[in-house]
Amino acid sequence: MPKLSIQQLELIANEIREDIIRMLEHAGSGHSAGPLDLADIFTALYFDVMKHDPKNPQWEDRDILLLSNGHCVPVRYATMAKAGYFEKRELMTLRQFGSRLQGHPERLRLPGLESTSGPLGCGLSQACGIALAHRMDGISHRWVYVVMGDGETDEGNVWEAAMFAANNHLNRITAIVDRNNIQIDGPTEQVMPLENYKAKWEAFGWHVIEIDGNNIEEVIDACAMAKAIIEKPVLLLAHTIAGKGVDFMEYDFHWHGVPPNDEQAKMALKELRTLGGKIRSEHE
Amino acid sequence: MNKLIVDITNPDIAEEPIRKGFGRGLKRAGELDPNVVAACADLTESTQMHLFKEEFPDRFIEIGIAEQNLVTVGSGLAAAGKIPFVSSYAAFSPGRNWEQIRTTICLNDQPVKIIGSHAGVSVGPDGATHQMLEDLTLMRVLPNMVVIAPCDSLEAEKATLAMAKDDRPNYMRLAREATPIITTDTTPFLIGEAEIFEVGSDVSIIATGTMTYHALLAANKLYHDGIEAEVVHVATLKPLDSQTILKSIKKTGAVVTVEEGQIIGGLGSAISELTAENLPVPLRRIGMKDRFGESGQPIELLKHFGLDAEHIRLAAHEVVDKKLN
Repeated sequence: MPKLSIQQLELIANEIREDIIRMLEHAGSGHSAGPLDLADIFTALYFDVMKHDPKNPQWEDRDILLLSNGHCVPVRYATMAKAGYFEKRELMTLRQFGSRLQGHPERLRLPGLESTSGPLGCGLSQACGIALAHRMDGISHRWVYVVMGDGETDEGNVWEAAMFAANNHLNRITAIVDRNNIQIDGPTEQVMPLENYKAKWEAFGWHVIEIDGNNIEEVIDACAMAKAIIEKPVLLLAHTIAGKGVDFMEYDFHWHGVPPNDEQAKMALKELRTLGGKIRSEHE
Repeated sequence: MNKLIVDITNPDIAEEPIRKGFGRGLKRAGELDPNVVAACADLTESTQMHLFKEEFPDRFIEIGIAEQNLVTVGSGLAAAGKIPFVSSYAAFSPGRNWEQIRTTICLNDQPVKIIGSHAGVSVGPDGATHQMLEDLTLMRVLPNMVVIAPCDSLEAEKATLAMAKDDRPNYMRLAREATPIITTDTTPFLIGEAEIFEVGSDVSIIATGTMTYHALLAANKLYHDGIEAEVVHVATLKPLDSQTILKSIKKTGAVVTVEEGQIIGGLGSAISELTAENLPVPLRRIGMKDRFGESGQPIELLKHFGLDAEHIRLAAHEVVDKKLN
């Protein structure tokens, strides 16, 4: 597949955001802020960075993507549908009885999910296990990506895994933390301060690259750079704007765990249409 | 009928900690399948994983004192095609990391083999914090999980080899102290099958783990009391061999369950559930009665908490009397 231009990728991310709004409004429950701000990272991963095959989710040479903060799964579903893993209309079954698109991702229900997640703090450890198994098997061409929330890293399990990855020089893991500065109870720095966040990860033996997580080009470049850093596992500290793309949701922690209602969804989609138009005209 | 086990009245009966059998079994499983790997949380020799580590250093993973990471790394290893055995003391794994086991192993359906050593009050001097009594309960409630409690080191060895070939999540409980070796090389072991170790017609003594030996001792005493006890060894608590168990209970009409763990949620509960729904009969549960252990010597603790052969004998008399009156 030929590389897509940044403009094309930005348009895909915008479309994914529209789908997220539609899915959440239709489902009537779910998380808005995280999925919206992760749309650029997921677009970069699925449409540029990762080796994967939507028609063969179990392809043995594929890269692995673990979504540790499972509540953000609407962005993964929307991205997978756009990439061709399944028909887009299935997105509207999110959180409904009998759906493959469970409220939190379940590996056994939908091919391509790699793992079941929701309870926080477990993805990095699983990435470690997979990367270690690959090393034992002499597999060096497969990369393991894991996306975590910043609030999620309140969990002790994350730091157990961080120590473990550094100790074992698991350089074929690229961890991405969505630093959107919010969690359910409020801003992260009020609920349980994470700063000095970069220094914490570095103290645990990680190479940290700070990026604008809403800038697709930066995400792609950082993922490429991560592959060149062989002495340590790499963390992309991806600064994002919670609820990115929908003005009335941006920066507001109240949108962490609620969906838009019908009226709000209409407003959000209108904004995103305008944004799409801007992306088109900017690159002309 | 030929007995499946040795003569337990032999004063020179060989003894060995159950965990030693696990250590040998794991090394053997590693020889048989290159995908078998092992991870431990800073208790490599205690859990007997050192035998595997010495033989296969590249397939052994030191986790450090981090039991949440232990099982979630295990989940990742399994996701990439490995057969991971992960060990610690049962009080810490599955004691501390239950939710990780639930989500990343059971719901995620990854065939991780969780080994919980040093279970039961017979851990002894370490005291209540380390005497894990709730592991069987915690693991039994999880969908997809297989729960195994072998009675001696030989059975633990066989169970380990069977687990390496089983494609489900497994939990196996081990104990610290030397335990009489009651089975032989030819005693059958199959995951999901209970075995009749002593045939009788008056009462079914249904036991698991190290307590099966004490159940056999009790059956011997009962024989001298004029009661023929059938001893059913349940090495696999889940899936439970309902057929064998109900067949025995149908014959005897009275039950005593015996386990070195909480009577809430463990073997006693499992058998109570089975009989209540299928074949209600007089039943007594021998186990820890909703309390914690304490420091002491294993033998004195078993006696103090009512887990020895004498208490099993008295419970058997009770249910037999109840059945007859």
